[in-house]
Amino acid sequence: MSSTTKLFGLSAAASVLALSAAAQDPVSLTIVSWGGAYTASQQRAYHEPYMEANPHVTINNDDGSANALAGLRAQSQAGNVTWDLVDMLPSDAQLACDEGIIMQIDHDEMLAAAPDGTPASEDFLPGSLGECFIPQIVYSTVLTYRPGAFPDDAQPSTIADLFDTENFPGRRALQDRPGTNMEWALYADGVDPEDIYDVLSTPEGVDRAFAKLDTIKDDIIFWTEGAQAPQLLADGEVAFATGYNGRMFDAIEVEGMDASIIWDGQVVEWDGWVVPADGPNLDVVMDYLHFATDTQRLADQAKFISYGPARASSAELVGQHADLGIDMAPHMPTNPDNYFAPIVLDNDFWVDYGDELRERFANWMLQ
Amino acid sequence: MSQADATQAAPPKREKLFTADGTPLRKALERANRRRKLTALALVGPLLAFILIFFAFPIAQMMWRSVDNPQIVNALPRTLQALDTWDGQGLPNEAVFAALHADMIEDLDRPRREQTIGPLGIRLNYELSAARSAISRTSRAVQNFEAPYSDAFMDAHRLWGQPELWRIIKREGRPLTLSYYVAATDREYDEAGNIVKRPENRQIYVSLFGRTLALSLAITFMTFALGFPIAYFLANMPMRYANLLMIAVLLPFWTSLLVRTSAWIVLLQQQGVINELLVNIGLISDANRISMIYNQTGTIIAMTHILLPFMVLPLYSVMRTIPVSYTRAAKSLGATPWTAFRRVYFPQTLPGIGAGGVLVFIISIGYYITPALVGGQSGRMISNEIARHIQQSLNWGLAAALGTMLLVGVLVLYWLYNRLVGADSLKFG
Repeated sequence: MSSTTKLFGLSAAASVLALSAAAQDPVSLTIVSWGGAYTASQQRAYHEPYMEANPHVTINNDDGSANALAGLRAQSQAGNVTWDLVDMLPSDAQLACDEGIIMQIDHDEMLAAAPDGTPASEDFLPGSLGECFIPQIVYSTVLTYRPGAFPDDAQPSTIADLFDTENFPGRRALQDRPGTNMEWALYADGVDPEDIYDVLSTPEGVDRAFAKLDTIKDDIIFWTEGAQAPQLLADGEVAFATGYNGRMFDAIEVEGMDASIIWDGQVVEWDGWVVPADGPNLDVVMDYLHFATDTQRLADQAKFISYGPARASSAELVGQHADLGIDMAPHMPTNPDNYFAPIVLDNDFWVDYGDELRERFANWMLQ
Repeated sequence: MSQADATQAAPPKREKLFTADGTPLRKALERANRRRKLTALALVGPLLAFILIFFAFPIAQMMWRSVDNPQIVNALPRTLQALDTWDGQGLPNEAVFAALHADMIEDLDRPRREQTIGPLGIRLNYELSAARSAISRTSRAVQNFEAPYSDAFMDAHRLWGQPELWRIIKREGRPLTLSYYVAATDREYDEAGNIVKRPENRQIYVSLFGRTLALSLAITFMTFALGFPIAYFLANMPMRYANLLMIAVLLPFWTSLLVRTSAWIVLLQQQGVINELLVNIGLISDANRISMIYNQTGTIIAMTHILLPFMVLPLYSVMRTIPVSYTRAAKSLGATPWTAFRRVYFPQTLPGIGAGGVLVFIISIGYYITPALVGGQSGRMISNEIARHIQQSLNWGLAAALGTMLLVGVLVLYWLYNRLVGADSLKFG
C-alpha cells in the first residue's frame, strides 16, 4: 500500500470514529491497583459490570499501587497526569492529600447513598473516610501458623504466643516494617488495644515495644513482598508468619496450604480509592466511582477475595465465593467471630511518627 | 594528498598557494577541517544530547533536590520575618504567633494546588515527629482563632508550646538546607544549633554505607575468584567449544531476575535442596540446618551469580589476546609453571581484572532488588533505603542526599583506582 492510500485509509477510519463518537466519546481509564488476586477481584466486581453498562469506556489496569505515591508526585510535578484512579492505603492517601496532588472528596455529594437512604458518610464504617480517600475494603494483617509445627494439644491461639519462644519454638516471618510489629509487641506485653497508640507515642512505649521484639529477634525472618509470607509457611521455613488475610485465605482455601489464622489482635486497616488531581477524564472517573463504591458493588467484591466491604450496608449482602462456593462471611475480618480483639491501625499516628520509627526499626534490624 | 604535496613544495618561496579552483589553500584547508569537525560533532551529537538529557540533567536535578528547601519560606514569610529577632530561648512572643496566624489564614484562601500548608507539615515532620499533625490540625481550626494567638495555637496542638518546633522553623526557614545531609550522616542539630551525632538507636545510614562497601567488595572478590579460572579455561580452549560454554556463562543475563532469585531461595533455604541433601547424607543434623539465605550470605551468593558475566567477559577478552608463546618462553628460560603464571601471565590479565572489578563493584553498589528478596535483615544495602525514601516515605530530599553521597563515594573510589592503577589500562573487551 502506498503512503497516500495509507493516509486515506487512516483518515477514513478517523472519520468513522468521529461519527460514532458524536454519541459518546470513547474513553479509556487507567486504574492503578495492587495486581494479582486483588486487581482480579476489582476487575470482576467493578470494571466488567461498569464497562458493560458503559460500552464507550475501556478500563486498563496498572499494577503500580506499591509505588503509587512516588508515581503520583512525579506525574503531578511533570504536569502530565496519566492515571485516572489509584488504589492506595489511607496513610499514603493522607500524604498525597497534604501535598495537594489528589482531589478532596465530598463523600455525600459524590458517592451513592445506601439502599435505605443512609448517606455515604454514615454508611461507610466509622473512621474509614478520609479527606481525599474513599475506602473500598477492610483488610487485616493476621498471624498465621503451621499446625504441623506444634503438638496437637498445644497449638498457638494468641498474639502473646508469637512472643513465647519457649512454648512455641520455631522461626517467625514478620514484615520488615515497624507497623503491626510494634503494635503486637505492646499488645503481647499486656497493653489494651485501645491504648496502644497512646503508649507508642511516648519514648518509653517505643523502648518497651523494642524490648519485647528483642525477645524473638533471633527467630525472625523478615519478608518484604506480600507473597513471601505464605510461601515461607508453605515451604516449612517458619512456624509463624504474619500476612494479609486475603493472601492467607487464598493460600489456605484455594491452594490448600496447611495453616491456620489467629484472629486475636488482627491489625485492621482500610484500602481504597484516591483521584489524582487534574486527571484527564474526571467526569467519567466520578461516574465510575459512584457506581463502584455503592452497596452492591462492595458486597460483590467479597465474592472474589476475603476482604470485608467498607460499607455497613454491604455486610448482609456478602454471599459465597464465586468459584469455591464456600460462605465468605466467616472469612471476613469484620465478622463478629473474628473481630473480638482487633487493633485498628492508626494512620494519623503512622504519618506522624512513621519516619522516626522506621529509622529506629531499621537500626534495630541492623544490630 | 595533493594538498600535502603543495605544502611540501611551498617553503622556499613562501608564496600564497592556491588550490586548483583558485581558492587560497589555507582557506580550503580550514573549510575542509571545519566540515570534518562538524561531521564528527553531528555523529556524536545524538549521543551527547542523550547523555545530557537522560544522564547529566537528572543527576544535576537530584543533587539540587538534596539542598532545595522551599516549603517553609513559601508557607510562612511573615512568621520568619517576625522570628528574626527571636533569640531561640523559650517561646517566641505574641507577635510571632500573630504572624503565623496571618500566614495560615492567607493560605486558606489560595487555590488548592497552590496551598503551602500541606507541604510545610510534611517538611517539618522530617525534622520533628508529629509536626505534620500539628500543622494540619491547627490549619483546620485557625479561622476561629482569636487573640491572644499564642494560647489559641497551644490549645490546638501541644507542639506549639515546644521551643524545638520554633527553632526548626527558624533554622530551616531558608531556601537552601543542609538538613538532608545532616540526616544522611546520622547526625542532627542540638539545641544550640550545632551538628551532633544522633542517639545511637536512630543511626542507620553510616553503617549501611559501610556494609554496602564491604558487601560490594566481597561480591567483587567472589566474582574474581570464580570468574578467573572460568575465563582462563574459556580463553585456552578451541573457539567452537569456548562459544558454547560462553552461552552458559551468559545464561544469567537471559533469565528473569525473579526466576533467578526464586531458584536461589529453593536451593538455599533451610528446607531447601542443599540443606536437605546435607541432612540426608548425615553431614549435618536436622536441628542444625545452615542459614544460607535471608542474611548476608544470601546476598553475596545471589549477587555473585548475577554479576559473574561482568567479570568473565572482560577477563576472557583480555586473556584471548595474551600469546601462549610468552608463557612458553618463560618456561624455556627456566621458570616453574607457577612462576611463569605469576610473573608473566597474570600481570598481563590485570587490565581485564581491573575492568571486571570496576564493573562488578559499581553495579553491586547500586543493586537493591536482590538484597531486598534474599538479604533478610543483615544483607541489605544503602540502595534499599534510597528506594524506600523515593517510593514509600516520599522523602526525596533525603533520598537525593544519600544518592549524592553514594555517587561522590563511587567517584572518589574511581579516582583512587585511577591514581593507583590507571584508568587507561582498563580493557572492557
